[in-house]
Amino acid sequence: MANVLLKVENLTKYFPIRAGMLARKVGDVKAVNDISFEVYEGETLGIVGESGCGKSTTGRVIMRLHEPTSGKVTFDGVELTALSSEEMRKVRRDIQMVFQDPYASLNPRHTVEKILEEPLIVHGIGSAEERRRKVIEYLEVVGLSAYHAKRYPHQFSGGQRQRIGIARALMTNPKLIIADEPVSALDVSIQAQVLNLMQKLQEDLKLTYIFIAHDLGVVRHISDRVAVMYLGSMVELAASEDLYAEPLHPYSQALLSAVPIPDPNYEREQVILTGDIPSPSNPPTGCAFHTRCPMAMEVCKQQVPQFRQVKPGHSVACHLYNDR
Amino acid sequence: MSEIASKTSINLAQEDQVVGPWKEAWRSFRKNKSALVGTAIVIFFVLLAILGPFIAPQGINDQNLSQRLLPPSSEFWFGTDDLGRDIFSRILHGARISLTVGFFAVVISAAAGSFLGIIAGYYGKWIDTIISRIFDIMLAFPSILLAIAVVSILGPSLRNALIAIAIINIPNFGRLIRSRVLSIKEEEYIHAAKAIGMKNARILWRHILPNSMTPVIVQGTLAIATAIIEAAALGFLGLGAEAPQPEWGKMLADARIFLLNAPWAMIFPGLAIMLTVVGFNLMGDGLRDALDPKMKS
Repeated sequence: MANVLLKVENLTKYFPIRAGMLARKVGDVKAVNDISFEVYEGETLGIVGESGCGKSTTGRVIMRLHEPTSGKVTFDGVELTALSSEEMRKVRRDIQMVFQDPYASLNPRHTVEKILEEPLIVHGIGSAEERRRKVIEYLEVVGLSAYHAKRYPHQFSGGQRQRIGIARALMTNPKLIIADEPVSALDVSIQAQVLNLMQKLQEDLKLTYIFIAHDLGVVRHISDRVAVMYLGSMVELAASEDLYAEPLHPYSQALLSAVPIPDPNYEREQVILTGDIPSPSNPPTGCAFHTRCPMAMEVCKQQVPQFRQVKPGHSVACHLYNDR
Repeated sequence: MSEIASKTSINLAQEDQVVGPWKEAWRSFRKNKSALVGTAIVIFFVLLAILGPFIAPQGINDQNLSQRLLPPSSEFWFGTDDLGRDIFSRILHGARISLTVGFFAVVISAAAGSFLGIIAGYYGKWIDTIISRIFDIMLAFPSILLAIAVVSILGPSLRNALIAIAIINIPNFGRLIRSRVLSIKEEEYIHAAKAIGMKNARILWRHILPNSMTPVIVQGTLAIATAIIEAAALGFLGLGAEAPQPEWGKMLADARIFLLNAPWAMIFPGLAIMLTVVGFNLMGDGLRDALDPKMKS
């Protein structure tokens, strides 16, 4: 088994809700609730879930763009959650991020050259001449051309901008890239291009990805292992083939049955969920999913199910599998 | 066929040109007629301020009591005042005073306001609370009243009037920048900057500041107009320019007792103030439309 590059233990992030004149704390939005997982070197871990389930927050808390409420993140043997902000700033050289909205993640007043050069300047890498050469090199790596360097972001299409965003993340030769819905703002045809580019870069540069998305097809295409999140908790984590072939958690089953299949004659059983996703500021007792679960039992309302391995490499948090 | 080919190559060449945000703003500004008129007026008064003393037909303090309160004529274009001084020459000199006061008051308040606003907006928490409450207190007073208070503490003079106007305008800029920073701070490219590993100072000065500058330019142009009026008002009240200085507001004040006999002594300084203010306002509106289309109300 490959080395563990990133280890997340009991990570929790609550956003306080403040109200009134004195900004008194009246509650918490439990965005990420006690999740643990590992990312192995060279793999792609997909994180899926519906809007607001905490998958983006998970990525940002790992980067410490938001400070975690509790829990531990270890990257390459270094405990990120124990670093000072200055030490963390330096570690960011090895963990980079690709953002969701290619229209918002590039500074509109900087040329592409400036945008790509900045990570190098910030981490004091190379001379001015070396930096310029590297900018051109990486523009070509992501499928753009040297003459694009002098342009401004608004002169590019969405797909091209996302390539710039990817190039920026690659500039410092990071080990881990957290991609926060990198293709969900793009057209389907462009999505495929960008995904293929990311896969090719992974092979060439030995990158490790955490790939956050809500599109199950996209995640299946790119991920080695997939984690499913619901309301701030991780409900299932398995190798991609296993999860898609045999989802264990009722929520995963419902999600997967919603993926359209390009065959009009194919008959299958769809699991239709009823009700809305509960508020993360006031999650249900016991299993967070019990209010919508077609298989809910009495125990689900009282006890939070343990997230545990039920088959080799396949973990799930559900009382249905307590005896396994 | 070749014609088509050459046309497409022209289009391609145009597309290849780098259009920076400033260039693009200039393109839209150029199309705005009233903004161009305003700019022309501003340029006209700036030239007057520079060249005024050289082209003035008479000295500003040349008194000639035998020629008191003469109506406009070929010798005295705008007439003379109660001490027989040539109003036209005094207005030319006054342009320099008014524009200097307006410009420097705004530069000082914009610099101080932007600095405080950025600190308040970016760092938030108690720093924000303190700075914002001070702004609120300052804005609770009518600005001219505050200016009068400042001048009466410092003592009446043109320089103190400038300082007073600069101080009372700080909260306007501060609030503007603060709100701008608050929204830019949450933009994804700022998160991206942090994720890259940038220090706060670099994020502030290289990313947030340049992106919050456009409203300051717009507000600054409009504020010059207000500052000129405020300077004139202080001059009118006897709290700004002192006796022989040809400040427009002061000229208005001196001439008002002769309003019925010699209206020209008031009309022309008044017109000069009005024209300058209109010029800056038109230019500021044009800049706003060109630089920040979202600010249009």
